[in-house]
Amino acid sequence: MNSPLLRVKDLTIDIPVGGGTLNAVRGIDFDLNRGETLCIVGESGSGKSLTSLALMGLLGGRIKRTATQMEFDGIDLTKANNKTMRALRGDRMAMIFQEPMTSLNPAFTIGNQLMEALLLHRNVGKDAARARAVELLEKVGITAAESRLSQYPHQLSGGLRQRVMIAMALMCEPELIIADEPTTALDVTIQAQILRLLVDLGREMNMAMILITHDLGVVARVADKVAVMYAGELVETGSAEQVFNAPMHPYTRGLLRCIPQPGKTERGARLGTIPGIVPNLVGGVTGCPFRTRCDHAVAACRDAIPHRKPAENHRFRCVHETGHQTAETAV
Amino acid sequence: MSNPDTNQPVLELRNVSKTYTVKQGMFGKPKPLKAINDVSLSLKRGEVLGLVGESGCGKSTLAKILLGLEDPTKGEVRVDGEVIGATDRRTLARRIQPIFQDPYSSLNPRKSIEDIISLPLRVHHIGDSNSQDKAVREILDIVGLPQRVMRTYPSQMSGGQRQRVAIARALIMKPEIVICDEPTSALDVSVQSQILNLLNDLRAEFNLTYLFISHDLAVVEHLATRVAVMYLGRIVEESSVGGLFDTSGHPYTQALLKSVLTPEAGKGVPDTELGMEYPNPIAPPSGCHFHPRCPMAMTHCAEIAPRPVPTPEGHVECHLFDTENGYNTGAPLVREAV
Repeated sequence: MNSPLLRVKDLTIDIPVGGGTLNAVRGIDFDLNRGETLCIVGESGSGKSLTSLALMGLLGGRIKRTATQMEFDGIDLTKANNKTMRALRGDRMAMIFQEPMTSLNPAFTIGNQLMEALLLHRNVGKDAARARAVELLEKVGITAAESRLSQYPHQLSGGLRQRVMIAMALMCEPELIIADEPTTALDVTIQAQILRLLVDLGREMNMAMILITHDLGVVARVADKVAVMYAGELVETGSAEQVFNAPMHPYTRGLLRCIPQPGKTERGARLGTIPGIVPNLVGGVTGCPFRTRCDHAVAACRDAIPHRKPAENHRFRCVHETGHQTAETAV
Repeated sequence: MSNPDTNQPVLELRNVSKTYTVKQGMFGKPKPLKAINDVSLSLKRGEVLGLVGESGCGKSTLAKILLGLEDPTKGEVRVDGEVIGATDRRTLARRIQPIFQDPYSSLNPRKSIEDIISLPLRVHHIGDSNSQDKAVREILDIVGLPQRVMRTYPSQMSGGQRQRVAIARALIMKPEIVICDEPTSALDVSVQSQILNLLNDLRAEFNLTYLFISHDLAVVEHLATRVAVMYLGRIVEESSVGGLFDTSGHPYTQALLKSVLTPEAGKGVPDTELGMEYPNPIAPPSGCHFHPRCPMAMTHCAEIAPRPVPTPEGHVECHLFDTENGYNTGAPLVREAV
């Protein structure tokens, strides 16, 4: 199949606030093929969670979403009504949330919650749904799966709960999984296990995955494609190798200098910083949103910012042709 | 107050244990939960001890004991050689101050920044309002906040600014020891590096001693001079940063190090080989507590608890290193299939 599973063009999200409109996401584009993993990485408030909610059609009624194109396997999501979206959600596209404690219903058993999606979307009986639930719990590495079905979320540890969330998302064999910070609340050891599980299952079932995170380590290890988001824009996109080995945008390079890297950063040395704060996105935002914090900002940064394409599939937005990469390596 | 003798540990724990009694269900029999199990540690002035381990291993209980918020069930804590049970909380607070994880919930939203930072001075009746005001201005300068924030409230500040306020509040008493409990976990990457740089600068400037609790091993490696690894209330390995990160010994330490996701593309997600989840601390496994998850476990690991084996720069609690008792070799443990 040549056409991508998901194609997004010029997605914009506006939130009406007291004094005007918050331009939370401004014109982002990306494609995703079957079996591919896209990581959207950015800091809090960059609009990455809003983007995922917009894809799932889960934005609140007051929030305005526009896009010139938003297609999921030929279905135009911009025109999809609630009924179409309900039929897609949980069936062909599923979501895994950050906090497994709050996203599982404490009043229902694990089995109940696992079987719900299958009973809703597929014409199957309770026994078949139950068998599928046990099969998936085993697949995500939960022992004594049969007896877990009658347990409640509070009886499980955080790692187990997140495994249940993953099993739940997989019940109908979705083609697209959106995982919003799936491992942020977990211990590092459990994080590695859950990520491995997601990657292996994605490969096995040929699922497309959008992983939203702020952790650059997770991105580097999991992503096929990376999208770096800053203040509502994708400032740089490319393969994991391109973005981590040859970062072009000053923001991407700044982020990579901020984290201590074992073996590379000298112990106790000063870490890189990005001075300043994220700009206010209320009212018209023009030019490069990063210019207030950028070392290489010039007057032209206030105007329209060109899209640059240093290599196949590698894109970034900056007035400087190389993102001033050479100027920094020279120092 | 401070002891000029540099070899005297500024903070010392001697065989400290903390046992809670937990009741399961309304009619359940109370059971002991050993949150801290016979822990000894010593910290020299100017050192940064990184304390790492999974949630539930007792890191935060240890911090609470050091801050005098909990009393140890057994053992003693010494500051500059003095047992702290004997000194009152007020004296302790002058020497040991905390910085907590979440700058959103650790600052009173109804107090101005000036009130928040100067509260310790007022509690301890240090100086008059003029000198307190001056002290607040000085400390704001030191932590890199502009003077105008004095009249603002926490809700008007960003996460990084709030954490600077928390640091200012901790440092205004000029403590010798600062307990940092996950000080950057709630912050964004670009803000985290600013706070880590600030903590590093302050340590050098005021010769502070930190206990730095974190789950982020990359951050611990960067900031700490010594590292202690905790598992189920025991310190299973302790060493200098170089000793631990370059030549780690304990299989648990190795698993923790393996699980660090460095931003290197194409390396994939590592396999920690830890298998099952963290055990329930109410019913810890027999023998070595780590044996059910240990990829190198031997049959006697399930029966005999390992003793601390001295290493060049600390200690490790693992049979693999206990050549004296001959526990270092043995038949591999065969686990029942789960």
